[in-house]
Amino acid sequence: MFASSQKDRPPGEMFVWFTSMGLAVGLLMIVGLLGFIVWNGVAVFWPKPVAEIRLKDGAPLFRGSASVMGVITKQQPIDVRNLTPEQLAHPDPLVRMEKQLFVGNRNTYGASYVYFNAGDIDSVQYPEGVLNIERMEWGNALVYPIALELKDGTRIEASDPAFPGRFSEIMVEVNKRRAAITKIEKGRIGKINHRMRNLQLDERYLERNKTLSPAQQADLEETRERIRQLQAAYEPLAAEALKMRERQNDHHLLFRLATGEERRQAMGDFVHHFWPNQMNTLHKIGQFLHHAKEFLVAYPREANTEGGIFPSLFGTVVMTLLMSLAVTPFGVLAAIYLREYAKQGPFVRAVRIAVNNLAGVPSIVFGIFGLGFFVYFMGGNIDRIFFPRNVELGVPTFGTGGVLWASLTLALMTVPVVIVSTEEALAAVSRGVRQGALACGASKWQTIQTLVLPASAPGILTGLILAMARGAGEVAPLILVGVVALAPSLPVDSIFPFIHLERKFMHLGFHIYDLGFQSPDSEAAMPMVFATTLVLILLVVVLNLGAILIRNHLKRKYMASAF
Amino acid sequence: MIMTAPMPEPTAKAETRDRVANPLPGRVEYNATKAIPDPSLRMDYIRVSNFNFFYDQTAQVLFDLNMDIPERQVTAFIGPSGCGKSTLLRNINRMNDLIDGVRHEGDILINGHSIYDPYLEVISLRKRIGMVFQKSNPFPKSIYENVIYSLRVAGRKKKSELDDTVERSLRGAALWGEVKDRLHDSAFSLSGGQMQRLCIARAIANRPEILLMDEPCSALDPIATGKIEELIHELKASYTIVIVTHNMQQAARVSDRTAFFYLGRLVEYDETQKVFMNPSNPQTEAYVSGRFG
Ligand SMILES: Nc1ncnc2c1ncn2[C@@H]1O[C@H](COP(=O)(O)OP(=O)(O)O)[C@@H](O)[C@H]1O
Ligand SMILES: [Mg+2]
Repeated sequence: MFASSQKDRPPGEMFVWFTSMGLAVGLLMIVGLLGFIVWNGVAVFWPKPVAEIRLKDGAPLFRGSASVMGVITKQQPIDVRNLTPEQLAHPDPLVRMEKQLFVGNRNTYGASYVYFNAGDIDSVQYPEGVLNIERMEWGNALVYPIALELKDGTRIEASDPAFPGRFSEIMVEVNKRRAAITKIEKGRIGKINHRMRNLQLDERYLERNKTLSPAQQADLEETRERIRQLQAAYEPLAAEALKMRERQNDHHLLFRLATGEERRQAMGDFVHHFWPNQMNTLHKIGQFLHHAKEFLVAYPREANTEGGIFPSLFGTVVMTLLMSLAVTPFGVLAAIYLREYAKQGPFVRAVRIAVNNLAGVPSIVFGIFGLGFFVYFMGGNIDRIFFPRNVELGVPTFGTGGVLWASLTLALMTVPVVIVSTEEALAAVSRGVRQGALACGASKWQTIQTLVLPASAPGILTGLILAMARGAGEVAPLILVGVVALAPSLPVDSIFPFIHLERKFMHLGFHIYDLGFQSPDSEAAMPMVFATTLVLILLVVVLNLGAILIRNHLKRKYMASAF
Repeated sequence: MIMTAPMPEPTAKAETRDRVANPLPGRVEYNATKAIPDPSLRMDYIRVSNFNFFYDQTAQVLFDLNMDIPERQVTAFIGPSGCGKSTLLRNINRMNDLIDGVRHEGDILINGHSIYDPYLEVISLRKRIGMVFQKSNPFPKSIYENVIYSLRVAGRKKKSELDDTVERSLRGAALWGEVKDRLHDSAFSLSGGQMQRLCIARAIANRPEILLMDEPCSALDPIATGKIEELIHELKASYTIVIVTHNMQQAARVSDRTAFFYLGRLVEYDETQKVFMNPSNPQTEAYVSGRFG
């Protein structure tokens, strides 16, 4: 078969290989990137054993100790510039490697990660008694527990078989109490604060007047009285919260670090604990799931570097849904006009080209437009009309970035996608059906409304899916129109009117940027970056899957209408 | 409503008929006065008068047509492909208006009133004229919703009226027995023949006076075709039916009168019996005997 001469081969056959190679490279890149993110993102939650490392005699000590404990996170070659001539000449390549160790205990050690020369390590052990404690502040602690000191003065030694059980019980107790405190502070006190802020603005507004008319004077008096009432309502709540907070310090844990320091810390500082070197696979899976769940539902702590990402996840979902709500009618109406009503000609063609090119405008441009048009112009005018008091006091309501303006900005950015796919869907509705409807005495609008639009719904949804995929992952424009690294409250909560479109919000994409590039210890934030990225990708996938399911349902419903 | 206008005087009719434009040399002439000999005919339900039609400024498709289509009879349009049968049919309910750049001369009158009367709403015209298309075009809705579509768009909501209409129309389209237990299934669950009968049911749901059918059986198997022909036979008691067909036997079977078109002109228009047995024009004779077309 190789005997057949070159010229028998159909011309251009080579290019089939090129095309398949192009596809293969593309696929490889996608699978590689996704695999990398999924692997690293999932690994964050997997409990890893804690090693106790003994350093060789003569090696530089760590805080005066030859023993150090931590999770070995990676091993990498040392930067050549940092190598001594002896190390360079050494026959054992291990000498030129370094190990990164997550030592935790940031309050004592100053940093979470420490590097050791692999050549300096004498032995690595995994002692059973290590306890990994997640704390409200200062990150995790990796400790040898010594004893529990209870409020009533009893002391339970770590060697006591009752110790782990008692420890867990107290953890459940403090976590419950913490939830109760949050409920008071975020819920009832939050509501009071909200009203208080409003009244204080009223007060300030009235106080600005040099001379007060009697009516204004009465107003001011009444406002002050209401502030006093709120204050009175606030105090018992605050006292209750304070009392509960104090009770968080009832019990203490006495522990020792591998480097020798002994410490005593209130149990109320702890969030979660596990025994990393005593876990079987089942325990590990349980721990993994717990950790992953907490990541999704918990609020962030310590400038976002610890805790969960719930507000960002929630903000992203709310913004994406609002965007979809805005972009769909807008895009569909525009497409209906362009395709069904406008006289096809050079003008419509030009409009279509313009719309298509809108999709290629850099997103930051939309951000700037959103800031100028939505925030300053629309928001500013809304404020002037509806919130003159706040404008006067220099406290903008809608005249500053918020979830509504962010959604509208992204809607504007993604509307070309919806217009294009809607137009395609409209064009695909058969002439037979349209003529049938007209012959039945339907008007053009009735035909569109009763037949053309329902039959185009799958196509419209396809456009929406593309729009959502683009919108949910967009960060640059959002920075200008309402995203913040840490929002005090969610855009939807229990305070009237429940949906607060003017509020600033958190977003997964911005969260990633903030963690990776704005946090003081970017090394420590790395795992969070991966996990957050994974969540963002999964969110986009879930939103898309939802839309695809709806689309397939509609497709089945209007099955044969496509031809 | 124009449809219920009083019957025009016979003399006025004759006058109109005589005003046939001067025929071009060699052109086949049709004299409508002779064409409808039946004295029992109450009125010329549809009258096509000096009708020319252009798809754009230059492409003339119909040339100077004159014909009277009697009510409650089946009139068949035959002729080779592209001769303008569909174009004429689609002018009767002004479906051709949807195409950009079309133009017409002359007039089409229904019951003596021009369908191009500027005071006449196209929609109300179409409500009085049912149309069945060559390719069955059920809507992506349930059988029930398909049938009552014309009532829905007319804003009628009364459940009993809708139910009655569905039953009457489906019975009228000889489909009731086959679908009465699954009225709320998708129309796409029907067979090809059933779909076409559904389209007929939909076309008669609003009780139109006229039913236009453009090759309604061309995509159907012989059994389905047989059913629809039977149906046409029954429907003619209540509707004025105009049917375009490619199938000579079908025209012979179902129609009372037959119009033969050739290259956009009306060559012969007479009782079906006569057109097929004893055509007066050699071209007609050639076509119906299958020698061309
Ligand atoms: N939408 C249209 N635009 C331009 N020309 C058309 C259009 N529809 C039909 N025609 C032309 O008009 C002529 C008559 O068509 P038609 O009425 O469909 O013929 P028939 O139904 O007798 O086969 C044909 O030459 C056809 O090419
Ligand atoms: Mg035709």
